[in-house]
Amino acid sequence: MVRWVGNGAAVSVSDVPMVSIEDFRETCISTISSGGRLTALTLLGSEARAARDREMIAVLADDARSRIGMVRTPVPESRRYHALSADLPQAQAFEREILEDHGIIPEEHPWPKPLRRHADLEPRGGGEHGAREAHPFFRVEGASVHEVAVGPVHAGIIEPGHFRFQCHGEKVLHLEIQLGYQHRGAEALFLRSKPERRVTIAESIAGDTVIGHALAHAAAMEGLSGAEAPLAAQAIRGIALELERIANHVGDLGALCGDAAYLPGAAWFGRLRGEFLNMLLEITGNRFGRGLVLPGGVRFGADPVRQSGLLERLDRLEVDLDRVSELVFECPSVVSRFEQTGILTREGAEELGVVGPAARASGCDRDVRRDHSSGIYRFAHIPVALQETGDVMARAVLRWTEIQRSIQFVREQLEELKDGPLANPPGPARPNACVASLVEGWRGEIAHWAVTDDAGHLAGYKIVDPSFHNWLALAMVMRDRQISDFPLCNKSFNLSYAGHDL
Amino acid sequence: MFRMLKARIQQGRRTIRVPLEAVELPERFRGRPALDASRCDDGCRACSEACPTQAIAIQPLRVDLGACLFCTACQDACPSDAIRYTTDYRLAARSREALILSEGEYPLAQALDAKMRRLFGRSLKLRQVSAGGCNGCESELVALGNVVFDLSRFGVEFVASPRHADGIVVTGTVTDNMEHALRETYAAVPSPRLVIAVGACAISGGPFAGADASHGGVPRDIPVDLYVPGCPPHPLTILDGLLRMLGRMESGGAREADPPRAS
Repeated sequence: MVRWVGNGAAVSVSDVPMVSIEDFRETCISTISSGGRLTALTLLGSEARAARDREMIAVLADDARSRIGMVRTPVPESRRYHALSADLPQAQAFEREILEDHGIIPEEHPWPKPLRRHADLEPRGGGEHGAREAHPFFRVEGASVHEVAVGPVHAGIIEPGHFRFQCHGEKVLHLEIQLGYQHRGAEALFLRSKPERRVTIAESIAGDTVIGHALAHAAAMEGLSGAEAPLAAQAIRGIALELERIANHVGDLGALCGDAAYLPGAAWFGRLRGEFLNMLLEITGNRFGRGLVLPGGVRFGADPVRQSGLLERLDRLEVDLDRVSELVFECPSVVSRFEQTGILTREGAEELGVVGPAARASGCDRDVRRDHSSGIYRFAHIPVALQETGDVMARAVLRWTEIQRSIQFVREQLEELKDGPLANPPGPARPNACVASLVEGWRGEIAHWAVTDDAGHLAGYKIVDPSFHNWLALAMVMRDRQISDFPLCNKSFNLSYAGHDL
Repeated sequence: MFRMLKARIQQGRRTIRVPLEAVELPERFRGRPALDASRCDDGCRACSEACPTQAIAIQPLRVDLGACLFCTACQDACPSDAIRYTTDYRLAARSREALILSEGEYPLAQALDAKMRRLFGRSLKLRQVSAGGCNGCESELVALGNVVFDLSRFGVEFVASPRHADGIVVTGTVTDNMEHALRETYAAVPSPRLVIAVGACAISGGPFAGADASHGGVPRDIPVDLYVPGCPPHPLTILDGLLRMLGRMESGGAREADPPRAS
């Protein structure tokens, strides 16, 4: 009852099975209980296209067989249905999103709270900024139980979010994370923008994941039009995606050192992060790689002089990184702070549908680059790194392993880089088709899902940043931990607010 | 301890020297565009039509750097090289109008008046408000604190409370959900205070101009003292703007010349 396709391959909407809501629910639960994952759950069209607003679609990933499944169902007349989340925790944020945006009620949802929209957005008179209604925070009550509220404006330079801790002494009984402050209206704007502008919006979903989101968008557009980027462009894309991963992982290691009060590590990793951004700058003219990836290919290549310059830099940086990480991972005060802190169990990660390094650090063997390989990753493989303990230490060591493997990959790709055309501009998109495009960004699986109308114009577009799957896991690992562990746990996940809020 | 000191020596001195003019960025870096309208064909609107944020006006040819994403679309579309990016990273301006780039010289940001310079010239504490961007500008503001740019050597620091701050640095489009928090933070900073808008989102809405849940940047009734264009701006663009505003460029930025970098 599921239509299976490959990553980035378009399929006619009419070929996606339409089943009853009961069968839809059953299909999702059985696919996921036999090792699948929920990649996206959304309505088939945007609010503006009312006809499609009556269908719900699930995008399921079957990692073991390298395939992506789609199944759809008509939304019941009553606009109520038995929530998937009641049996499938990984659906919780998707169902809250659908409830919030379309008013379709997931009955028996364990946590049907606002996801992005804040109470004070509803029009109500009075007051300079309108009367504000409180978010329905979960509260623990009892003797000496107290509440700690942080944000949305944070003490450092951090994206806005609100964290509400229910504490007994130093112990956190429950943490609720209220997001939505970064909600700009990206998906709706994306749909009504011309194709050139969509590229810049995709690059701005999460500014630390420019290449990842631009690539997911480009691959979706290529899938819909049947175009394929030239080989040289695919290599450049891979180099850029891995440089983005290295830069962010190095930055995260620095930030983790900072929170464990090991300042030499923070300073040196902080500097080295910039060196990798500067490599992206060398290739693309921008430290985050903006302007590089286009549907059909890339804008910039690397000439031999640039190639050898970059290789030389890579060798030098690898030596510097080695020295710093050796110091950090052998420093007893760092190791004792990282170990046994913020444990995410494998069962927990699987249940919540956690992706990326956070999942791999808990022993979940999933990586889009291998499981749903596309582009250059079909020809060049990066061994998947795994850790078992699921603590901050595991997430740190996992990043370090990924950095080393990505450096090796970038080196090989730079050495083998051939001249050649950089882009095959895609033609018109197939009408009435849909496509799911997955990319392993540095935080994990990025999914873009698109559907076209009768004329081949985009009729719906769903963006799922890895953070969307992972935020709840951060809240869960804080349970029964000391509140002072929060900064360290938070950095070890380093999730995107903008990517979640869209 | 010995190994740490050894590593410290191996890492070397990485801090960039002042004056900043000596810094060279890679050839592909997209800084201030150079315009040459004499190359334009009559009636050609290719650059303006290609621009994702409608930052380009024709006759006379002008680019609004406050909306520009430095994305190359105009340069790619232009058949006659009338627009090309230079590597000049000095882009900050003191008024919204000054961000409109035309042919000829682009004036750099002017210093604050003598009174404000006396107050803030040697010590400026800022509170950052991230209000609906993408974390790109925020990342570059964080980078300003690293050993390469070392912002604190100029007496400029980011602080944890608006009550401790002399001004705010705003990034992002200012979403519906963040407007209230931005206003509260601004109100909590004691006067006289500065407002610095960093990045295309905070100046004009940037890639999200016209999005349903955003405001197109810092609200008009909050006066902005410094605009730093870019998507995101290079850390040097931010640093250059700050130092110019503080009147620190005449003296080369720092009170005394820094020694050359070791590596």
